[in-house]
Amino acid sequence: MSALRESLGFLANRLRQVGIFVALILIVLLLQGLTDGILLQPQNVTNLVVQNSYILILAIGMVMVIIAGHIDLSVGSIAGFIGAVAGVMIVHWGWSWWVAIPACLLVGALVGAWQGYWIAYVGIPAFIVTLAGMLIFRGLTLITLKNQQITPFPDELRALGGGFLPDISGGTSVLEWLTVILGVGATAAFLVQEVRQRRIRLKFNLENEPPAWFFTKIGFSALLMLVMTFLLASYRGTPIVLVVLAVLVVGYSAVMANSVFGRHIYALGGNLHAAELSGVKTRGVTFRLFVNMGVLSALAGLIFTARLNSAQPAGGTGFELDAIAAAFIGGAAVQGGIGTVAGAMIGGLIMGVLNNGMSILGLGTDYQQLIKGMVLLLAVAFDIFNKNRSGAGGVGKWFTFRRRTSPSADSRPVAEEKEPVAAAK
Amino acid sequence: MQTPILSMRGITKTFPGVKALQDVNLDVNRGEVHAICGENGAGKSTLMKVLSGVYPHSSFEGEILFEGEPCHFSNITDSEKRGIVIIHQELALSPYLSIAENIYLGNEQASRGWVDWQKTNLEASKLLARVGLSENPATPIQHITVGKQQLVEIAKALSKQVKLLILDEPTAALNDEDSGHLLDLILHLKGQGVTSIIISHKLNEIRRVADAVTIIRDGKTIETLRLEHGISQERIIRGMVGRDLESLYPDRDPQIGEEVLRIEDWSVQHPQDSTRMVVQNATITVRKGEVVGLAGLMGAGRTELAMSVFGRTYGHATSGRVLKNGREINTTTVPHAIENGLAYATEDRKHYGLNLIEDIQRNVSMAGLRKLVKRGWVDRNQETLVAEGYRKSMNIKAPSVAAVVGKLSGGNQQKVVLSKWMFSDPEVLILDEPTRGIDVGAKYEIYSIIATLAAQGKAIIVISSELPELLGICDRIYTLAAGRVTGEVPIEQATQETLMHYMTQEKE
Repeated sequence: MSALRESLGFLANRLRQVGIFVALILIVLLLQGLTDGILLQPQNVTNLVVQNSYILILAIGMVMVIIAGHIDLSVGSIAGFIGAVAGVMIVHWGWSWWVAIPACLLVGALVGAWQGYWIAYVGIPAFIVTLAGMLIFRGLTLITLKNQQITPFPDELRALGGGFLPDISGGTSVLEWLTVILGVGATAAFLVQEVRQRRIRLKFNLENEPPAWFFTKIGFSALLMLVMTFLLASYRGTPIVLVVLAVLVVGYSAVMANSVFGRHIYALGGNLHAAELSGVKTRGVTFRLFVNMGVLSALAGLIFTARLNSAQPAGGTGFELDAIAAAFIGGAAVQGGIGTVAGAMIGGLIMGVLNNGMSILGLGTDYQQLIKGMVLLLAVAFDIFNKNRSGAGGVGKWFTFRRRTSPSADSRPVAEEKEPVAAAK
Repeated sequence: MQTPILSMRGITKTFPGVKALQDVNLDVNRGEVHAICGENGAGKSTLMKVLSGVYPHSSFEGEILFEGEPCHFSNITDSEKRGIVIIHQELALSPYLSIAENIYLGNEQASRGWVDWQKTNLEASKLLARVGLSENPATPIQHITVGKQQLVEIAKALSKQVKLLILDEPTAALNDEDSGHLLDLILHLKGQGVTSIIISHKLNEIRRVADAVTIIRDGKTIETLRLEHGISQERIIRGMVGRDLESLYPDRDPQIGEEVLRIEDWSVQHPQDSTRMVVQNATITVRKGEVVGLAGLMGAGRTELAMSVFGRTYGHATSGRVLKNGREINTTTVPHAIENGLAYATEDRKHYGLNLIEDIQRNVSMAGLRKLVKRGWVDRNQETLVAEGYRKSMNIKAPSVAAVVGKLSGGNQQKVVLSKWMFSDPEVLILDEPTRGIDVGAKYEIYSIIATLAAQGKAIIVISSELPELLGICDRIYTLAAGRVTGEVPIEQATQETLMHYMTQEKE
């Protein structure tokens, strides 16, 4: 009886933390209804992934920057600049894609190093440095392009934006089998990993979540992965950007949760002075953070350019705001110290699904902007409301990727802790 | 004299899952100074929040009678209207505004929407005179000391026609002189008919000013002692911790070995003012298994000395040598200092010691995170096990190591700080005010931890403003005055008087 109550209480507590995830699902279902099922048609799902991939990639870097207590307003301009650089390298100079892509990422790293230097070593607030960067790199984009677009790009680069993994069944089957194999394989790997981690925690007698919750959670996640697989497989298969994105999300989630670098980022945002006095090389971490942001911006710029098949003077305009919005909807804290890559991805998807769904419905940009603005405001308001009530972490907290442990260790014991713990004694 | 101005009856305040207050009764007589004692987390602050309307009337059970009338406050403004003003431990002053502006913040002296500056400054200077502060009311708050800022807070309370003044640990951040002044002021206001409630951990202060003491433990009133029936320190301590403390300090059998750390000829300039030497030619040593105290008045340079040694985190143009086991070591950055076996637990754990929004395990692992790395990744199971180990051995009171540190009481937070530095496995620990803001029971635990560490062969330097504490736990005490080492006293010869003698002896 008490065990049941305990797990129910646990569930209520968790449900609030997964609120933003539930919100995404509700928005999808709502728009699915309103668009008479167009939203979740295989072709549209594929579009959704491809259209939003570069914003999601930027959101990965952005949530890291925000967790460290900074902000980056320049990512859109950097993405545009790198698009221009790619145009010059590939179209004007005739470089092959496998030279140009690493070269572009390197330029992104240098741009990031430039900004990181001013922020970390000179000590100018990131808001100012990246506001300046937004202007500087937009200017450089225009200079590089001489105010004209560069087009067309070779097919190899365009595949990065709109290409698919090869169809091994030769286009004869209803389902695209490579996608099925990848999707089912990933789902199985996910299940095995989760169960294995739970076993390890049981073995060490560490805190674990109630079995009911655990199995519901992984079951539901696995189901979603399989549905997604089916939808992609019944259209043209796996977009290449999805593979890139998946690798980045898994990799960066692991970095944020389990690497020294990632842990130092959280420490920086949580309490800069304490981090410094604990031996964290705060300047070095900040510098590397912006170098990383530069590389991800470059990658986003490449994908965007590849998708449009053109490097444009205004390319990337406004990307920074979408990326920032994604991070905050996904539960990152304005003061830093709280947030997850997975949360930012869900935040980005909410914005993406709204964009896509409302476009299908034929709503004009006027109403689209209005609604997206309200969603951002309400999402953060909801988060702050929760925090005020419980003092706990952001809603994205539950989605922390974990390499060796199950999510429970990360969950903040919220319900039982409204007051100093000693008071409970 | 014996009419109660305030009577709180059967106050019960429940947070989901926790009964923070249970049937608490408090009677405060008109014109008295009433102290409230209790361990951190006992419910003192919650009780004061109930009284001042921070928790609205509907959120708790019980009744409050103020001047004989029942009170139904729904916010602080309501209680201030009745003349109940609370001054929190963390002062609520705006550093860039002037003294006068701060006093009338939210209560501006204005006519038709425009501030009347003449009236503001004139009234402010009258209030400042009442609290015995001779400062120009136009001085920005950031330019006066914390002790004076505390007086400004009281002036602000007086501007609201205060009848009942509540002070939450008013002397926690003050030096002895300022504390003395503040306590005199409380007694002076008492003479003018202001009733005060004072929350304090410092038992000597309570004995000096209080007419009555109410002891709270685990959310319940234990007893109220009145001056006429005698207030004894032992009785208060017994009431607070629920047991007799045979001694305030644990017994030690010091096993002192070779010299481990030698700070030689150490000088530090003030970071902004190059004409000021904050530490001057200081030489101190500490041996294996030894607890060495650093005593000094405010501004003597104790914290500055420690922080400049620990990764040059304070000061400018630092010179001198740090030797460990006879060899000079590099302590120019914090990572170097940690690598070379130093640890420094700050006096300000909330701002410099802990990541309050993170959980216990992540705070514990912060300084020694690299020890948990396996094949490039942090081993989080190991991390949990390490933290769990400290939670048990240090007796950190929390439901689990996944508890957020910001929600723990001061004593438990301090244990987390100590765990963090123990995990970094230093040879020399510098503990700056290790028991500041901690209640008596937890203090004893911290002293025991220090004793255990010394017994394990660590060399420990303790910086403290409380002389009895240094006398209780140290083997040897250095005194500092104006940045110089003015004395080195073995514990056998040390008394409060001798230490104070050296601490006030400023050499030319």
